[in-house]
Amino acid sequence: MSSLLQVRDLRKSFGGVAATDGVTLDIHKGELHAIIGPNGAGKTTLIAQLSGALRPDSGVILYNGANITRRPPHRRARLGITRSFQITSLVMEMSVLDNVALAVQARDGHSFRFIRAARKIAHLRERARETLREVGLETRADAPTAELSHGEHRQLEIAVALATGAEMMLLDEPMAGLGGTDSARMIDFLKRLKGTRTILLIEHDMDAVFALADRISVLVYGRIIATGSPDEIRGNADVRHAYLGEE
Amino acid sequence: MKTPLQAMTKTGWITAAVLLLLGVVPPLLMWMGNEFYLLLSTRLVILAVAAVSLNLILGYGGMASFGHAAFIGIGAYAMGIPVYHEFYGGAEAIASTNGWFQIGLAVGASALFALITGAISLRTKGVYFIMITMAFAQMVFYLFQSLDEYGGDDGLVIEMRSELPWINLDDPLQMYFLAFGTLLVTMLLVHLIVNSRFGMVLRVAKGNDERVVTLGYNTYLYRLTAYVIAGVIAGFAGWMMANFSSFISPSMTGWTRSGDLMFMVILGGTATALGPVLGAAAFVLIEEALSSVTVYWNLPFGLMLIGVVLFARGGLLGMLHGRRGDK
Repeated sequence: MSSLLQVRDLRKSFGGVAATDGVTLDIHKGELHAIIGPNGAGKTTLIAQLSGALRPDSGVILYNGANITRRPPHRRARLGITRSFQITSLVMEMSVLDNVALAVQARDGHSFRFIRAARKIAHLRERARETLREVGLETRADAPTAELSHGEHRQLEIAVALATGAEMMLLDEPMAGLGGTDSARMIDFLKRLKGTRTILLIEHDMDAVFALADRISVLVYGRIIATGSPDEIRGNADVRHAYLGEE
Repeated sequence: MKTPLQAMTKTGWITAAVLLLLGVVPPLLMWMGNEFYLLLSTRLVILAVAAVSLNLILGYGGMASFGHAAFIGIGAYAMGIPVYHEFYGGAEAIASTNGWFQIGLAVGASALFALITGAISLRTKGVYFIMITMAFAQMVFYLFQSLDEYGGDDGLVIEMRSELPWINLDDPLQMYFLAFGTLLVTMLLVHLIVNSRFGMVLRVAKGNDERVVTLGYNTYLYRLTAYVIAGVIAGFAGWMMANFSSFISPSMTGWTRSGDLMFMVILGGTATALGPVLGAAAFVLIEEALSSVTVYWNLPFGLMLIGVVLFARGGLLGMLHGRRGDK
């Protein structure tokens, strides 16, 4: 299998603390790769470096073979890497459709267009609606985003990422704060999404991770201590000791 | 199917009513022999143009520029300096009373200043942005102050208003309608911009920069573009201001002037089409009323502003509307 994203010896320190301490990682094209680890393991710091929000101290990130270590986040997005946020970052005052349409607009040429009303551009609205249909939110398209439930917000968050047309999606705890039913719906949804995109999933919910992931990497204190299939990870002694054993 | 009239929102009606009042009442007062109010309204409308332009970056773009008056000064000096040289010689290349030439100079200089200072200022955020825009404006202030040939600190009386075809700026009514027409065009332009694809990016980036960047937008370039557009409009307002008052001075660019513009936008209601116009109107009228009562008019005026900021979130328009102004 070919690697879409390659991370080589990535390091990032804050003060004396090594949040990312020599991470090497390969994400294969089309797989759903989960990263698990205890709180403070450096998962969010890692995702921020992959999306470009944080610049690593050293190390290399390759995407499709191209070195993107120093590329700013908007250029990475143009290359096909996007992320969702752990804390919902939707525009609450705008409609659900508006939120998705802005993402569609991002891959529809440049947006230095000043006169025509964005909400009246049919193909942007239509493609945004299609994406909402894909995630099962089409009936909520015209609702103000603030009126959606927390579960719907999480779904919309992913719809926005999908609408950018990204090939690689970095999902930062999409299950965060979801109750039983919503959580099951999200797992279902990610199962359907799986295979159509390359997904790097950071998640606390172990049931979700073991149900979804093709491969799992375990991050502890900024280091990857093991990578393998869900079964291999379950059986790994180090992992049990460092992480799963604590439960 | 709704007719356009039925589809008009309450805010739309208020906007139409206020603009109609502005278009009709001052000329009517002039016609009744009360020129003073026409002149007051002209100043009001010119400041409203600048406030509307500031609202594009402050209200919609989240860029709290504390240096917007710099553009008014640049526009005004771009009008005054060519006229000065036309009358007193020197600097042949720019000596002119031609309105088009002066407007070109005002717009070009404003755009260049906005591009350079914006490119630097927009590297910062929050309080730093406020401070750096203010610092750049103060640079302009001290530059004008140091120009002894153009009156230095005292400023310069302009010998002749700009010459334009079909329009005579010495006629107060024509001057007023030029300013009022500019206000209408500016409001329309800003309305189109904020609802365009460009505007969507700008508005969402205001609160969710990281999100918008993650979608693939270089938000810096969008902000910079908005900053230049706002600067150019304010520069044009400065050209009008110089024509209106036949006088230019460094104080036009002072930081308190920038503060006034900021107050107008916040007072009227940020990120609304009409807000800055209401704010400018309230500002100019209350200033006029209070200063005729007491020389200490700044004190009650300041208290009023604090009151609006504390108790009328969404500004005057929000109060009229009964809720936060429209999106």
